[in-house]
Amino acid sequence: MSIVEFKNVTKRFGDNVVLDGIDLSIEPGEVVVVVGPSGSGKSTFLRCINVLETIQGGDIIVNGHSVLGPPAQVRELRREAGMVFQQFNLFPQLTALENVMFGPIHTRGTPRAQAREQALDLLSKVGLADRAGHYPGQLSGGQQQRVAIARALAIKPMLMLFDEPTSALDPELRHEVLRVMQDVAEAGMTMIVVTHEMEFARKVGSRLIFMDGGKIAEDGDPETLLSQPPSQRLRDFLQHVA
Amino acid sequence: MSFEWSAIWAAWPDLMAGAWMTIQITLLGLIGGTIIGALSGVVVTYVPVIVTRRTLFWSVVAVVAAVALLRLASWLGDGPLAGVPESAWWAVRLAVLALLGWRFLAWIPLALSFLAQVYILVIRGTPIVVQVMFIYFALPLLVNLRIDGFTAATVTLMINSGAYIAEIVRAGLQSVPKGLYEAGQAMGLPFHKILARIIGPVALRRMIPTMGNQCIISLKDSSLFIVIGVAELTRQGQEIIAGNFRAVEIWGAVAVIYLFMTGCIALALKFIEHRTRIV
Repeated sequence: MSIVEFKNVTKRFGDNVVLDGIDLSIEPGEVVVVVGPSGSGKSTFLRCINVLETIQGGDIIVNGHSVLGPPAQVRELRREAGMVFQQFNLFPQLTALENVMFGPIHTRGTPRAQAREQALDLLSKVGLADRAGHYPGQLSGGQQQRVAIARALAIKPMLMLFDEPTSALDPELRHEVLRVMQDVAEAGMTMIVVTHEMEFARKVGSRLIFMDGGKIAEDGDPETLLSQPPSQRLRDFLQHVA
Repeated sequence: MSFEWSAIWAAWPDLMAGAWMTIQITLLGLIGGTIIGALSGVVVTYVPVIVTRRTLFWSVVAVVAAVALLRLASWLGDGPLAGVPESAWWAVRLAVLALLGWRFLAWIPLALSFLAQVYILVIRGTPIVVQVMFIYFALPLLVNLRIDGFTAATVTLMINSGAYIAEIVRAGLQSVPKGLYEAGQAMGLPFHKILARIIGPVALRRMIPTMGNQCIISLKDSSLFIVIGVAELTRQGQEIIAGNFRAVEIWGAVAVIYLFMTGCIALALKFIEHRTRIV
């Protein structure tokens, strides 16, 4: 059974059609990399999956839950999909450790001691065990994003969504985040990654989606699509990002 | 003229009684104002009422309909249905309320937000002296509700500071980056938990300086309750002077006591600011 299924999804902001009849299914274990020019709807595509944006037509099913369901079902759906944002969005009043403990305690009702143990384990997996007591303001961008990944993993999602996770980072900090994302992928997590990192798409991605004008223009194996782009549009795009 | 310290010593017990009254009014007023302000601030921030010609039209229609219904009910009660017992009237009232609530359930937050905005508009738009005189002198005539000066002063300060605190709360909540709200949503948290656990703590820290401002303003505003004769500090000073004509000593002492009280608030704020990480 697919873990995410788009059924003829339409999303509009006013008269502006951002997603134009998207049909797609994503299977467990896939690492889907979504690329496309700015304004092509790739971020919106991702945000519709966990209902940070509402859709105007069609339906999206995430692990059996519809995005059109009642609020309680939508919250259930969101717990299945961990989200990593471009701007990290860590809770500034909490330490790195407390940020990672937050989700399990408040959404899953995990006891504090157990959440703490789990969080320490996750922090060491992203290489930040020694920063557990630091506040987000005391961490570099790369470190903040790694804490954010640990925070998203802490609620034990079935699926991870990454919204341009390295776009706000200095070039030399990107690879530490990409490295952690690769570890997550290799552990078998289903991932949907909106990014401009073609190297990541080639190395880690199992599927590449090229979006253009609110539609899926290409969908296939990253290696094939990137080395022999089948369309002029994708060739132009790749020339601009490379 | 010579400065007579003895005049101050003689008046000291009365001045202290006045200061204590000022503290009580300010403290109770601010506690109530914070509750009112927090509730209306949250509603106003998260339930936007879009003022268009259509919403304006329907709100006028709703008010007119409500007034007409009440008129009809009181006419019926006085005339044709005069014999109906009070309990039956209460049953009808409850039934009508329940029916309206059920029919317009989705509109209740909107109505609350609208009312909160009208409340802020009216209270910020009228002087506190007028407000306290209205509550003390006009309310007894309007609804036959007589209250003592202390209660009138406290209630006025609650209502008055509540309107300003509502705007402080709104500013605080709006200053929190939208991304934090989305991070909470993405975790599957319900709205009240996002507000209480994520947005609230961040907003509270940012509200400390402006809330301190409001505490000092409200404390000083309590001196205006002299107009209804509440025996707060300023009123006490005035009465003492009426007896001994020592304006320099007594007004000087009153000013120093106010300065001491506002100084304590300012110091407490500095302490809180240093204790909480400002983010």
